[in-house]
Amino acid sequence: MGQRPEADVITLTLPARAEYVSIARLTVSGIANRMGFPYEDIEDIKLAVAEACTNVVEHAYDCPQGNDQLRLSCWLLADRLVVEVRDKGKGLPLEDRQEAPAPIRPDVDIDEVKEGGLGLYLIHSVMDEVQVSSNDGVAVTMTKYLQRDEVSCDDRAISKA
Amino acid sequence: MELMIRENSQDGQHLLYLEGEIDAYTVSKLRDLLLCLVNRPEVKRVAVDLSAVEYIDSTGIGTFVAAMKACKQTGCELAVQNLSPRVERLFRITGLYERMVPHKGESE
Repeated sequence: MGQRPEADVITLTLPARAEYVSIARLTVSGIANRMGFPYEDIEDIKLAVAEACTNVVEHAYDCPQGNDQLRLSCWLLADRLVVEVRDKGKGLPLEDRQEAPAPIRPDVDIDEVKEGGLGLYLIHSVMDEVQVSSNDGVAVTMTKYLQRDEVSCDDRAISKA
Repeated sequence: MELMIRENSQDGQHLLYLEGEIDAYTVSKLRDLLLCLVNRPEVKRVAVDLSAVEYIDSTGIGTFVAAMKACKQTGCELAVQNLSPRVERLFRITGLYERMVPHKGESE
């Protein structure tokens, strides 16, 4: 009691529909900007959160209904931002759990390239730590660390998109 | 939060000029137009200008993959051009850059 909490927590519940993915993106953009992340890191965090939300919108619910939801939770810590995107859907299919996220290989015929499946690879590419758990829906937890020595208060760009 | 598409065409060469954000919500507009174009027999080449695209994610990348598959069937040529550093980074990370950005010296 009376102690400053280790982390400030911000949560947002959104309808699991494509038109709300930009709201999640704008929310984390504002949070990351306030925490002092540089422009490139803010763009990376926005991308990762959007990919996680898009996965929910496209895959979490078999028969999408108007009241399906996704929950965005952000933990603001002194040295890092932790974001969780969670749904209450059907969970990850087994083949998706076994498949390691990968980019499009240069020597593979374009017909063999899947149109989806890049989202999780991108999340892994741009965040420092990523955890995916499938238990009563899917939860993707992503961490980005603040590199204090790289941050300059004067030329901190504000990400507008 | 919008995506605007302008289209120019001359002698079977089409230029799409995109402006705004490409995400799960806006991508269907691009997908419909792009797939329709590359499937038309009279269309020989489609270039997509991305200089005014502020944001793109895997839904946009997936649409370009779908369009490239269609191009393989129809023989249409497809390329992206004028990528901002941020958009270029995404094309490079996903592995699509080498396939979709014409090398220097190739036909423009």
